[in-house]
Amino acid sequence: MRERGSWRLALGWLVALALVVSLYLVFVYAPTERTMGDIQRMFYWHVATAWNAFLAFFVVFVMSLLYLFTGSRRWDIVAVSSAEIGVMFTTLVLITGPLWARPVWGIWWTWDARLTTTLILWFIYVAYLVLRAAVEGREQQARFAAVFGIIGFVDVPIVYMSIHWWRGQHPEAVITTSGISLSPEMLVALIFSVLTFTALYAYLLLQRIAAERLADEVGKLKERARNA
Amino acid sequence: MIVLRGLRKRLGARDVLAGIDLEVPRGQFVTIFGPNGAGKTTLLRILSGLMRPSGGDVYLGGARLEDDSVALRAMVGVVSHHTYLYDDLTALENLVFYGKMYGVKDAPERARRLLEEVGLSVFAHDPVRTFSRGMQQKLAIARAVIHEPEVLLADEPYTGLDRRAGEVLTGLLRRFKERGVTILMVNHDFDQGVALADRVIILAGGRVALDELVTSESLRLIRERYEELVGGKYAGVDQKQ
Amino acid sequence: MSFLSKVLALVEKDFRAEFRTKEMLSVMLIFALLVVVIFGFAFNPTSQVTRKIFPGILWVAFFFAGVLGLNHSFTRERYNQALHGLMIAPVDRSALYFSKVLSNMAFMLIVELVATPVFLVFFDYSPAGRLPGLVSVVLLATFGFVAVGTFLAALAANTRTSQILLPILLFPVVVPVVIAAVQLTAATLAGSSTASFAAWLRVLVVYDIIFLVVPFLLFDYLLEV
Repeated sequence: MRERGSWRLALGWLVALALVVSLYLVFVYAPTERTMGDIQRMFYWHVATAWNAFLAFFVVFVMSLLYLFTGSRRWDIVAVSSAEIGVMFTTLVLITGPLWARPVWGIWWTWDARLTTTLILWFIYVAYLVLRAAVEGREQQARFAAVFGIIGFVDVPIVYMSIHWWRGQHPEAVITTSGISLSPEMLVALIFSVLTFTALYAYLLLQRIAAERLADEVGKLKERARNA
Repeated sequence: MIVLRGLRKRLGARDVLAGIDLEVPRGQFVTIFGPNGAGKTTLLRILSGLMRPSGGDVYLGGARLEDDSVALRAMVGVVSHHTYLYDDLTALENLVFYGKMYGVKDAPERARRLLEEVGLSVFAHDPVRTFSRGMQQKLAIARAVIHEPEVLLADEPYTGLDRRAGEVLTGLLRRFKERGVTILMVNHDFDQGVALADRVIILAGGRVALDELVTSESLRLIRERYEELVGGKYAGVDQKQ
Repeated sequence: MSFLSKVLALVEKDFRAEFRTKEMLSVMLIFALLVVVIFGFAFNPTSQVTRKIFPGILWVAFFFAGVLGLNHSFTRERYNQALHGLMIAPVDRSALYFSKVLSNMAFMLIVELVATPVFLVFFDYSPAGRLPGLVSVVLLATFGFVAVGTFLAALAANTRTSQILLPILLFPVVVPVVIAAVQLTAATLAGSSTASFAAWLRVLVVYDIIFLVVPFLLFDYLLEV
């Protein structure tokens, strides 16, 4: 237990260091974008959080399947941990997105497919967490959450497609990021940021899993105390 | 008829059933006593197919419950303190509906006969919501045996019954016993419990604490153990739903 | 007795119980009408703009009323723990799911059938399209909503906050149906069958199939105590 804890600690410091380096790359190393200006620098961490939000929800989906097949609490712990981090990342995406959009496009929000799907994703996984809180009994909680985790994830591509077509009928509002031409330095900053945030995701996941396991331990000890 | 091998059930951090081994021959009437939380209801729920065991095996009539749970559920009838009845349907409609669920041939005819047997013929076309608790419980018993089950599981069937309704229930249980139905009954009341029983099992902490055939000699021992294991701890009120 | 006849017996039971009291249908219907009346107050019902968003108003009313019905469909089974009674009967769990989909679908269609003419009158809306197009759109959209809604209602029914939980579980998941239903209804009511019409129909069909199959596969996990 302690050995694993020290690994986590080392990873934590590594992530902290990488975040500092990423900040340097984003603000100093990468050149200023010609048309958007400095505000474009938000793009690196915005993409990094978005990518990891999707990764986190994919992990929820896989862990949900594993839980239903094996019934092992281990996978449920990973699923709930990943869902919480995913919701946090999605929240960040939904905050940084409008902050970036406002100066560049002149609007806070646009109902384009990616943005709107992210919003729906946020709703689905907030519902996932609310559902967990509302179910009594650990086993049932895990089972229901797994079932909803699967339904929610299966739904995402259809949501994306339908919003995409829906907006397709109003072409004036469609905005893409393909306008940005990335210089090599920008690409380096982007890739490094994405990797850093993936490491951050991994670190948070491990911490959250450890916390959940500790809660399980406490529960067991309390149960023993109750029976004694 | 019923064989349990190392049956375990874990709920949260608690082992509600911590390894139960049991063999009940066909036609035996077994009463299960135990303090609250001993695992009585959980045991019956697993046998009825409502809950899945965490470990161990259940055999009904020689077949493993998990292998063919849908078919084996047809062998079992359940009376619990819940009636499983639909308030908005009439007594007859309830029985016919459950008859269809169990694939009973000529369900309406069988339903009418059962209504007569439990003494509810007059109220056949009244919605269940107008019934008293005792009448509902009688109907619940008819529902439990609509498919002539080989095994009857009764989880505190006397709960909420007045004395007369209780006597009717005892009469019904006796008749099922005479027909060779294997009966497992969970009860709190000692006298009610041993009245019809061939065998008494006391569960405590998820294990079998006593397993005795009921004879005039063993009755004293059973009573002593009952007072020691159940009587003291049992608060007199059932808190489970 | 076969799978199908058990499903039918379950549906018959739902119908008998509902039509004896009509409590759920009447609430759904009145609620749907109220939603439209409220929309009438919120937006000028005779203005051109309101007429343009009429299909949207229609479906908001249907979906909101539908949630009420879905909520009730499994809480009804919880009186006297009747659902446990079904779970210990030798019936496949999926039969319970399919029967609930069928009866919920029927109840929603009844509400839609009764409410639509009233809505048309309230908004003085004269539909130009053909009826079969509208009927198929309503059927496909209602089915998609009910298929996933029934499943999530069963999920929500076993939670502490069942009645208030269902909408927040259901609406994010059912977004594609909402979009497709409104788009298609707008097209059929206006009598304009554009190229996107077929594409939206495909979205609905694909959604309907996916959310009939996935709940069918997962329903066993919901009905465990």
